[in-house]
Parts: sequence; C-alpha cells; structure tokens
Amino acid sequence: METTVITTPPAGMDPVVAPASMVEALPAYGFTSAVYVVAAVLFILSLGGLSGQESAKRAIWYGIVGMALAVLATLFGPGWGNWWLSILMIALGGVGGWLLATRVQMTEMPQLVAAMHSLVGLAAVFIGLNAQIELGRVIRARLNEATDLFQGFAAVLAHKSPAEIAMLKVEVGLGIFIGAVTFTGSVVAYGKLAGKIDGKPRKLPGGHMLNLGAAILSLLLVILYVAGWGPAMLWLILLTLVAGFIGWHLIMGIGGADMPVVVSMLNSYSGWAAAMIGFTLSNDLLIVVGALVGSSGAILSYIMCKAMNRSFVSVILGGFGGETGPAMEIEGEQIAIDAESVAAALNEADSVIIVPGYGMAVAQAQQSVSELTRKLRAAGKEVRFAIHPVAGRLPGHMNVLLAEAKVPYDIVLEMDEINEDFPSTDVVIVIGSNDIVNPAAQDDPNSPIAGMPVLEVWKAKHVFVSKRGQGTGYSGIENPLFYKENTRMFYGDAKKSIDALLPMID
Amino acid sequence: MRIGALKETFDGEARVAVTPSSAGHLQKLGHEVHVESGAGARAGFSDAAYEGAGVTVHPNAAALTEAVDVVVKVRPPTDEELGRMREGQTLISFFYPGQNAELLERARDLGVNAIAMDMVPRISRAQKMDALSSMANIAGYRAVIEAANNFGRFFTGQVTAAGKVPPAKVLVVGAGVAGLAAIGAATSLGAQVYAFDVRPEVAEQIESMGAEFVFLDFADQVQDGAATGGYAAPSSPEFLAKQLEKFRELAPDMDIVITTALIPGRPAPKLWTEDMVRMMKPGSVIVDLAAERGGNCDLTVPDAKIVTENGVTIIGYTDFPSRMGAQSSELYGNNIRHMLADLTPAKDGTLVHNMEDDVIRGATVTRDHDVTWPPPPPKVQAIAAQKPKPKVKEPTPEERRAAEALAFRRQTRSQVGMLVTGGVLMLLVGLFAPASFLQHFIVFVLSVFIGFQVIWNVSHSLHTPLMAITNAISSIVILGALLQIGSGSALIVILGALAVLMTAVNIFGGFLVTRRMLAMFQKS
Repeated sequence: METTVITTPPAGMDPVVAPASMVEALPAYGFTSAVYVVAAVLFILSLGGLSGQESAKRAIWYGIVGMALAVLATLFGPGWGNWWLSILMIALGGVGGWLLATRVQMTEMPQLVAAMHSLVGLAAVFIGLNAQIELGRVIRARLNEATDLFQGFAAVLAHKSPAEIAMLKVEVGLGIFIGAVTFTGSVVAYGKLAGKIDGKPRKLPGGHMLNLGAAILSLLLVILYVAGWGPAMLWLILLTLVAGFIGWHLIMGIGGADMPVVVSMLNSYSGWAAAMIGFTLSNDLLIVVGALVGSSGAILSYIMCKAMNRSFVSVILGGFGGETGPAMEIEGEQIAIDAESVAAALNEADSVIIVPGYGMAVAQAQQSVSELTRKLRAAGKEVRFAIHPVAGRLPGHMNVLLAEAKVPYDIVLEMDEINEDFPSTDVVIVIGSNDIVNPAAQDDPNSPIAGMPVLEVWKAKHVFVSKRGQGTGYSGIENPLFYKENTRMFYGDAKKSIDALLPMID
Repeated sequence: MRIGALKETFDGEARVAVTPSSAGHLQKLGHEVHVESGAGARAGFSDAAYEGAGVTVHPNAAALTEAVDVVVKVRPPTDEELGRMREGQTLISFFYPGQNAELLERARDLGVNAIAMDMVPRISRAQKMDALSSMANIAGYRAVIEAANNFGRFFTGQVTAAGKVPPAKVLVVGAGVAGLAAIGAATSLGAQVYAFDVRPEVAEQIESMGAEFVFLDFADQVQDGAATGGYAAPSSPEFLAKQLEKFRELAPDMDIVITTALIPGRPAPKLWTEDMVRMMKPGSVIVDLAAERGGNCDLTVPDAKIVTENGVTIIGYTDFPSRMGAQSSELYGNNIRHMLADLTPAKDGTLVHNMEDDVIRGATVTRDHDVTWPPPPPKVQAIAAQKPKPKVKEPTPEERRAAEALAFRRQTRSQVGMLVTGGVLMLLVGLFAPASFLQHFIVFVLSVFIGFQVIWNVSHSLHTPLMAITNAISSIVILGALLQIGSGSALIVILGALAVLMTAVNIFGGFLVTRRMLAMFQKS
C-alpha cells in the first residue's frame, strides 16, 4: 500500500509534511484512515435514515458529524498545508452556505439544488486540473531527481509507477469530463428552473449528432492526454471546454417538465465526479461517498423515468417520442364553475383529495391550500393529498412545499397508496397539474403519454380543476379529464382561487 | 335582448320558465328579463322576488309578449298565446313538433322562430339544456314519493322492540333518467330495489345506484344503445315474452312497481299486464310514469289514481314535475338559461342563431317562415359505440404456478447473466489495471452496491431532502482540495482554495437546507 499516503506514510517522505508532534501522537496516520471509516459509516447511516420522516431528523446529524470528522481528519492528517488559507476558505464558504440555506424559498428548492450541483462539478474540474499540474511538476522534478522535496499530494504522485500514472491520467480525464458536464449542465438547469432561461427545449442545428461529435472529440482528447502526446495541460483544458459544451447543449435540449429527471441525473453525475476524484487522489472515502451519491441520483432518475413511463434515454434526448397515430377525439366541453359552487360541493363532501402540481408552486398557493385543508379537517372531513412522483420540478418537490405550509405528512400520500381510493372520494381538487391526471394515458393507446401511470382522479364524484386558462399543459397534450361530465374547470390563479374559497368553507 | 316568461295557462301547471336566480344569470349574458305577473306564484316565486332580481313584471300576457323579443315558457303555446306573437320573435318552450303539426304550421305562418326544448339532441355538450332529462329526473323522484305516500308501510327494514319490519321491495322498469332517479330515491328511503332495462349496458349504472339488475337470460339480445341515440328500441316478440315471464315471476314479491319504459315515437310498451297486477299483494302500489303515452300497465288510467279489486293502487299521474313546481322551475329555468347562453356566444345580449351548431339546429323547429323539423342527424354521436369487452381469462392454479416458475427462471437467468458479465469485466480490469487501482475499485463497487440497497428504502416524500443531503455529502471532494492546497505551486493553491470555498458553500448550505426541510415535516 505504499501508494496510498492515507494509510501509510510513503517511505523516505520528509517529515516536514506534518508537524512532528502530531506524527508522534498519531502513529502512522492510522488515525486518519480510522476516521474515514467512521465517516463513511456515518454517511451510509445518514442516507439510510431518510427512509422515514422521524428517523431523517436524526440522520442529518450523522451526515453533519461524518463530514466534520472527515474534514478535521484531513486537516490534521498527512498531506495538509496552508492551514490558515483552508480554514479561511471554509469559514467564508460556511457563511455563504448559511446565507443561502436560510434565505432560500422552498419553491426555489429545485434551482438551489441545481446550483449546488454546479459547484460540486466545478470543484471536481479544479481538483482534476490541479492533479495534472502537480503531476507535471513531479515528472519534471523526477528528471532532476529531487523527489523528496514534495509535500502533500505531490508526494503521493512522486511514488507512482508509470502504469499507475497512466491509470491516474484516465481517472483525471474522466473526473474532469464528468465534472465539466455537471457544471454547465447544472448551470443551465438552474437557469431553466429559475426562469432565467426559457424552459422550452432548444437545440443547435445538428442536435444530438453535435453531442455525439463532442463526445468523440472528448474521447480523443482523453486518449491524447493519457498517451502523453503533446501538451497535456492543453488537452485537459480543451476537454473541459468540450465537456462543458456537452453539458450545456444536452440540458438546453430538455424541457421544463423533465427537470426532475435532469436534476437527479446531475445529482448522480456530481457523485460520480467525486468518485473519480477519489480514484485520482487514492482516497477511499471520496470513492465511497461518490459511489453512494452517484447511485442515489441514478435511482432517483430511474424512479422519475418510471413514473413517466419513458426510458432514461428518451428523456435525455429530449422531447416526447413520436406520436403513433391520431389522438382519440375528445367530445364535450370544458365547463367552468365559480368559487361558490366549489365551496358548496366541498361543504357537502365527506372525503376530499387534493392533487397539487407545478402550478401550485408557481402560484405560491401552498399556504392557501394548507389553510383550506385545515378548515376542511376542522369540519370533520377527510382531506388527503395525492402526490405523483413527477409532480413539480424536483423529486419530492410537492412534499416539501406542503410540509413548509404545515400540512401534516401523514395525509400526504403517494400515487400507489391513494389511487384505489378515488372512486370512493367525493371531491378531488386538481391544483396546477395536468399530465399526471390525464386519462388519455390509460384510454388512448395513441397518446404520447400512453402507459404513463396517472392519478385516476376522474373516478371521483366531482373533480375541480384549478387552472389558469384553457391551454394544454407542458407536453401540449389535450387532457380529456377537462371534458368529463364530472369535471368542472375552476379558472384563475391557483392562490386567488383557493383564497376565494376559504371564507365560504364552514 | 328582452326575454319574457309567460304565466302557464295549462290547468295544474305549476312551473315557470324563468326563476329569480336564472334571471340573474340571464342578465349577466346581457339580456333584459321580463315576466308576466303571477308567473312564478305556483312555484313559490312572488312578483316581488322577481322585481328584487331586477326583472320587469308585466300585468298580463299581451303586454309581456308585446314588450319582449324572446318568449320563454314551459308547455307548448296555446293558439291564443302563439297568436299574440309577432314576426321575428323567438319562442323557447316544449313544443312536441311530432304531435303538434298544426301548431308548427301556425308558428311558421306567423314567422315565429320556435326552439323546442324537447328537441335538444342527446349529446354530452347539450346535457345542461336537456329539459327532458331534468324533468324526468324529477318525475322519477316524485314517483317514489307518491308511491311511498300510497303505500301503507315503511320502505326501510327495521328491527324494533315491537317486531321486525321487512324492507319494501321496489321494481323499477326502464332505467333511463327517470328510472335511475327513482332507484336513487327508493334506495335512499331504504327499500330493496330491483331494476330492469332492455339495454344490458345500463346494468352498471343500475348497480352503481345501489339496485340489483334483473338479469334476463336471453342469448341473442344485444341491443346497442348507441344506435338509437341512447334510447331504447322496440324488443323482439321472443324477448318481450321472456321479459313478461320474468315479471310474472317477480310480481308476487314486489311491493312497489315503478314503470318508466318509453320508446321514442311509439306508444308505451305494455309490460305490466292485468294478470301481474292481480298477482300482487293488496296494498302494493304501481306508479306508471308512461301514463301520458298510454301507460306501461294495462290498467293505468292517465291523470288518475285507481285502486283495483285486489287492493293494488295504480297511479297514472302525468304531472309529476308540476307537483314539485319550485324544483322543476329551478331546473327548467337553468336549462333555458343554458340554451340562451349558447344562443348568446359573445355574452353581449345579442342572439346568434347559429344553424351550424348541432344543438341549436336540432332544437329549432321553425325559422324565417320555414319548418326546420325534423333536423338532420347530429354530427356528433350521442354515445360512443360499445366496444366489445375483452375477456380476461382466469388462469388456473397450474398455469399460475407455471407462470411463476417461468418468471423465477427468467429472473435467475438475468441475474446470473449480469453477474457473469460483471465478473468478466472485473477480470479484464484486473488483468490490465495496476493493483493499487483494483483495491480502490473494490471499494467503489461495494459502495455502489450499498448505495443501491440503501437508497431504495428512502421514502418518496423525502426525495428533495435526499437530493439536498447527497449534494452536501458529495462535496466530500473538499478533501481532495484540502490535500492539494498545501502544494508548492501558486496556481494549485489558488485553484485548490477556490475548490475549498465552493465545496464549503455546498456543505454548509446543503446540510442547513436539509435540516430546514426536515424540520418542516410534521405529523398531524
């Protein structure tokens, strides 16, 4: 294990690397490794604890302690340097993070998460570039046979064999590639989610061929870099730019409603980037955590795709699959209704299910919805929420918004838990969702969303749809629900509509 | 436009075509509303109530007809009422053009545009103005009330201290709008309800209302309601015989029989014969909603209640909606206002008589000195043609076991396949990669495995906190930056410091925001 500085100090290493007293007090740096093991276990527990709302409150502390231990162990472990600079940067970043976390609105959660992914991506790129710079220095120094002057990471590099260096270069290349894709992709996702960039899919001429070309170019650059032909640093910078282009172009081509998949995919990428950096630095903790995060994001993407009945590839390549035939003709008309009649129906109902969607987040209606829920529950009615997995712009987005508005989580149910209860429900209120309640997914085999699991709201006695206007949803698919006999359209801004209901509920 | 409702002159008619509440809606469409004095009196709407709703009240029919552009009423107009109208005026009421050919001629000669509420086509778009349905609904309800009124017993079954009361048994023949309403009212009263209809597709509706569908074992009979616009068609003699046989079997058990069977354009079919009436228990009640068209029961006397020799009451009233004047007027008034809403598409008080519109075309019987009845068939089918239901075969236990075994084998095969592929890949990596890499690679693969196992258990509602926390912990790359920052090269120090800064933002931001979110989740 002489290549891993973390477990054993490399032979012949200058003791300048760490304060002499520390080295004596903590024999053989075993301390750092031990802490890393503890931290890894804590991280696993932290993710596992998210299986329930109550255990999650404990789980977060596991994560925090794990992170603190890992950082401290690194600061006091081998290979440290520029201690004060590190502390300063961490303190600055801490203040920044604290400001961010306390100021952010819950409706802005998707863009915050996307923005954070971009930071991880960029950090990974920097670290990868650093690795190459160090490597260059080491190789130059080797020619001068002055190896033992290096400290920290450079010292590790100094002891690598040529095969290991080749492997290291592969890892650096991959780390930079994934990091750069994550960075630009997340920036675009942030822009789209924050409404700074138009949410519609946009592609340069050439579309996915352009992406393919860029990917091949990246592969070429990695090969050039690993083989050591020409200026290595140039190849890496080019690689960063090309990968950045791929991330930008890929996410630009994906529409707003597919963002849950995009964000979880970027989450996954940020994890893989961390794992790659772990390989580069021969740091097992980075590898463990990177792999955890990577697989977490991958599973989330999978769940989201499953909920839309689309393959991952078709989401990433953007747009809906080609229509297979004419859509079923819809007969009837959308019948509008006013607040009094909705309130009357609610007053008569015994059981109510509310189906929120992105429209609720846009209108910031969650507080009003919560107030409505409180009043209805106070009147002895059974009120529940039905959450489709892809409702909103982030996995679990609706749950967080409702939790923020103090809706108790035990009445907020998943699609599978509540879908069978619609036939026995008196009133369903659909607030700002469209495709996830579209019966065409089940009835019309030609529909672009055919086969997508949907909430069967139309089976309830009355359905009220709160919607801004008569237009179709994101996917541009007509929704036969709006034309059903038991459906009434409650037009208007979701927040204003619900607020208008409140005084009439008794 | 000025819209005026006449007072009904037909004896015993209590309905009115405009109520104070529907007047409000009509005013929103830009119309001016007028009524004849006393028009709503029998439905419980005083002239003062109309005036309170901003309606102009006229002392008599002549003055009203003079003052308005559109005359609305319930019953078909009398000769006198029609005679007062002038050219170009519009009349909206029940008209029955099939039975009232002379009236139709007269309206044409006068140049009156007549819209018949009974001719509104039966398509879903027109349901809101389908007055026949709304009246039938009331008739069905009222039939049950009349029956209960004449039945000397409870509808609901009870076990009391004084003894047990069996529930009344109600048979509803014909499950149209009236039949379904009767089923609903009778089940609400607690009776045990049976229902019959020649259209097998309504069985589901009958059952949904809480009644039992009387199933007739007749192989050839597949009547498709779609072919006749949702109405029943005449049955074959064999079917009829089978049907009567079934009724004969049921007759002795039934306490209440409500017949609602009508076939468009024909006299009501005779379904409840004299011998069935004789088989029924004394005190039983028959309500014949088809009395106006001759009655479904042999002994029905229209507009009268009779008691047979064996003590069976047969009610043949034809004015059920009128017996509930307030409710009927409310619904009819709404039908009228929906019709006017369709005639006033711009909501500016101008009538647009769009003869391209299926509903308006279908209901218009005279226009510009021309008889426009009967209308061409509507462009939209009333009911989608019935699709043959695919038969789902119940798998036998052997088949199920075989399917399970097959699924298990398939799963095993795919798992083994994946393991082998993974193993070979690992082997290849092992052959070429240096040993130090492999050590880390093992850690990597195991971590991915743990990740997959752990994340599947994460609750769906916590996906956003999961993303935030993974975000924070993926900033573990800070370790990399911390390791590099001690380098001798200034460039590396700068890049490393930046990386530390960014990841620190992420760590603190990620954990804090997750904590904030988790703290919000509350149990009720």
